[in-house]
Amino acid sequence: MSHKDEMLAELGMKDSAELYADVPNEVRTAGLRLPKGLTEMEVLRQMKETLAHNLTANDHPCFLGAGVYNHFIPSAVRTIVSRSEFLTAYTPYQAEVSQGMLQALFEYQSYIAELTGLDAVNSSNYDWSTALGEAATMSFRINEKRKILVPEAMSCEKKSVLKNYAWGPQLVIEEYSYDPYTGELDLEDLKRKVDGDTGGIYIEVPNFFGVVDSFAPILKQTFPDVALIVGVNPISLGVLKAPGDYGADIAIGEGQMLGTPMNFGGPLLGVFACKQEHVRKMPGRVIGLTRDAEGERAFCMTLQTREQHIRRSKATSNICTNEALMAVAASAYLSILGKEGLESLAKVNFARARRLATLIGEIEDFDSPSFDSYHFNEFVIRTPVRPEKLNKMLLKKGIIGGLPLTEHVRALQDHMLLCTTEMHSDEDQDRLVAALKEAL
Amino acid sequence: MYRQARYDRRVIMEKDGRTSFELPFAHEASSLEDFAPKELVRKELDLPSLPEREVVKHYVNLSQMNYSIDNGMYPLGSCTMKYNPKYADVLATLPSVQDIHPYQDEETVQGALRILFELERALCEISGMDAVTLHPAAGAHGEFTGMLLAKAYHAKSKEERTEVIVPDSAHGTNPASAAMAGFQVIEIPSGSDGCVDLEALRAAVSEKTAAFMITNPNTLGIFESQIREIAQIVHDAGALLYYDGANLNAVMGWTSPGAMDFDIVHFNLHKTFATPHGGGGPGAGPVGVRERLVPFLPVPRIVERNGHYRLDYDRPDSIGKVRASHGNFAVLVRAYAYILKHGSGLKEVSERAVLNSNYLKHKLQDAYALPFKELRKHEFVVSAKELKEKKGIRALDVGKRLLDYGFHAPTIYFPSLVDEALMIEPTETETKETLDAFAEVMNKIALEEDPEVVKSAPHNAAVKRVDEVYAAKEAILSWRAYKKKMQQT
Repeated sequence: MSHKDEMLAELGMKDSAELYADVPNEVRTAGLRLPKGLTEMEVLRQMKETLAHNLTANDHPCFLGAGVYNHFIPSAVRTIVSRSEFLTAYTPYQAEVSQGMLQALFEYQSYIAELTGLDAVNSSNYDWSTALGEAATMSFRINEKRKILVPEAMSCEKKSVLKNYAWGPQLVIEEYSYDPYTGELDLEDLKRKVDGDTGGIYIEVPNFFGVVDSFAPILKQTFPDVALIVGVNPISLGVLKAPGDYGADIAIGEGQMLGTPMNFGGPLLGVFACKQEHVRKMPGRVIGLTRDAEGERAFCMTLQTREQHIRRSKATSNICTNEALMAVAASAYLSILGKEGLESLAKVNFARARRLATLIGEIEDFDSPSFDSYHFNEFVIRTPVRPEKLNKMLLKKGIIGGLPLTEHVRALQDHMLLCTTEMHSDEDQDRLVAALKEAL
Repeated sequence: MYRQARYDRRVIMEKDGRTSFELPFAHEASSLEDFAPKELVRKELDLPSLPEREVVKHYVNLSQMNYSIDNGMYPLGSCTMKYNPKYADVLATLPSVQDIHPYQDEETVQGALRILFELERALCEISGMDAVTLHPAAGAHGEFTGMLLAKAYHAKSKEERTEVIVPDSAHGTNPASAAMAGFQVIEIPSGSDGCVDLEALRAAVSEKTAAFMITNPNTLGIFESQIREIAQIVHDAGALLYYDGANLNAVMGWTSPGAMDFDIVHFNLHKTFATPHGGGGPGAGPVGVRERLVPFLPVPRIVERNGHYRLDYDRPDSIGKVRASHGNFAVLVRAYAYILKHGSGLKEVSERAVLNSNYLKHKLQDAYALPFKELRKHEFVVSAKELKEKKGIRALDVGKRLLDYGFHAPTIYFPSLVDEALMIEPTETETKETLDAFAEVMNKIALEEDPEVVKSAPHNAAVKRVDEVYAAKEAILSWRAYKKKMQQT
């Protein structure tokens, strides 16, 4: 007798169909019109064959960034995140048997706190764009004002996600413009738009154009009553000032570049930090330091009265499953790099972008960088050929070009956003420069 | 007996050394001056520095202080913690998955688009829906997306529908997601059988109702047999019926949300389709809809013509984006591999999950009260009420004592309509032997002579019972905050 039959017999059933006796006939289906299951070998073969049709950044130098970045991932990070005990665990509801995950996430929160200069950090949001949506609604919880000012210089995907998060609470999203010469924010325009109903100002450092905006440090003193939300690239924070040190109430950002591959855009890692005074208005799971029954140090999920399973429709957010494993990757990544490694990596990115921007700027008819400013690892160029067409030409030469900007910032029709990191050798950069020359 | 490893409790910020990490171009960095506006240059960076050897030791030791499905049974109700097959990991870590950028030209990512397209089709077949978006990053995110779709749908037909109804047994995410989308949430009480009370539903629906959100089987593991009547009531009121897919593992191939007349469905790929949960994420929460809601789905849609895949942004009624890019691609790849592996046999997956659940319920019903006696689907809820009255042992204590025996605890105190609830979902991947062993331990705990042993459990985990009250009171969420607190005292 098989186990299945034994179990059915114990239940007093003859046939497993009896397990579904409570499903009325009118809603029954006749099985699934899917192919018969495959063996593991066949699954692997079939999917590898299909996936082989992708061109990867390994074989083709890729100059795309704009929120998802190609950085080197130390092998040890992969070792750590592929540990079964992290990979196949559920949310650490039972703290006593989940101390490993809880501590790793606490360490992630600690790293982000140090980088952003803000004491309260959650254990992740889905990605940068949803973190922005949550930050906007949180600023409304802080000061109950509905207007949020965001840069026109921002990815259109982020704008769209923000619009959806703002829909429910009826926030008013308004864009402020940028200085066409420096790519920094237009302070006069921002001053015109801040009024008594403005609850939040969002700024990115570096911004969508890769520009390190020198106005960032004066925003809080200029607009003391408005919640300041700063979008960051955590790697740049190895050498750039922490947003908390210039008055940010909330810092958000993308954390994928901290040890998670590009993965065609997912999973990513939404970074979310805030001042300690705002912690009970924050969305998402948080890990707190505590003690066990013997007074020894321990960790657990905490402040759960903000969350959906307790507060239901009054929760600060519906988020529960997040990107915990990516947060562990970030923690491992930052630990491997260490203080000196992160500082050095940040500077290398500044330096590599400067090299490439300068070389492209030397080509006749290309304007590079288009904005006269300090750039992190991205910069905008103006191209004499339509950016979409240019990308097709680059692809023929085995290069994945940059991001055409028309969809994102309407005025930038002949412009392209290029990203370069430590992943590009001098030869990779020189190949791009040569291909651009030939494109003319 | 189970004993969990335990290493020193220092956080990595307390450890000392020197990094062994090296980068090419480091010389460019050291000679770089004037790289950013002066007022934005950081003066101090208080991060640890350790050689790789120490970092790996630190995290591998931490991992050994963490329970996972690879260690043992994880009967968390409504979480569907089934075994995560390893072929999916192999595929998800291929360079052709990891090293592609979401903004790449569609010509360069045909393989990825094909997999996403085929996964959408498979999920349509499983759910009986007409189209699926793979964008949402998690189940709750799928619910939020579904609520936005409902909102856009009603707005298009110029209808002012401001309310969403949920049963009191609903997952907390349902009311939270509806509220985030700006709906007013109305909870209706369950009937005495634990199912939707049709009269309460009839009384609650009106021309203001945008949607009714339920899961079927419900959170007690009971199949809502009157689902067609429910659909009728909801649709007659002009509202939409939303399927919370958290419990889909019970019914694949036997029925479908489409056959039950639902309009919007979300899936939890990290539950039903066996993708690893990563200690809390990543997940993936695709959303399926009926034809009339298709125009509102997020952009881009993947369209196929003669084996060629293209991204279509030209969708004027679309709600736009709910997150950047195309969804949690690496998770989606895993889920598709799982679907290929099982194919039409997913029906047997569900059947086995239901068999395991009913078998385990049968094994536990002498020692624990089983409210609502009917047949269950993939999960069931027992009550520790009697233990609490007789010995002062609560559901929480039973859960903690289970840890000592190497089992994860069930979901506790949910759904709230059962006192001292223990919500148990064994899934199809546990053997009869494991189920028997689990039942034996559960029954042993109920009979334990000294209740203090149970009330002070766990004894064999890395730490003793954790003080959650202290954690909430102090709210120390980072090492930086901890150091400040220490300085103050």
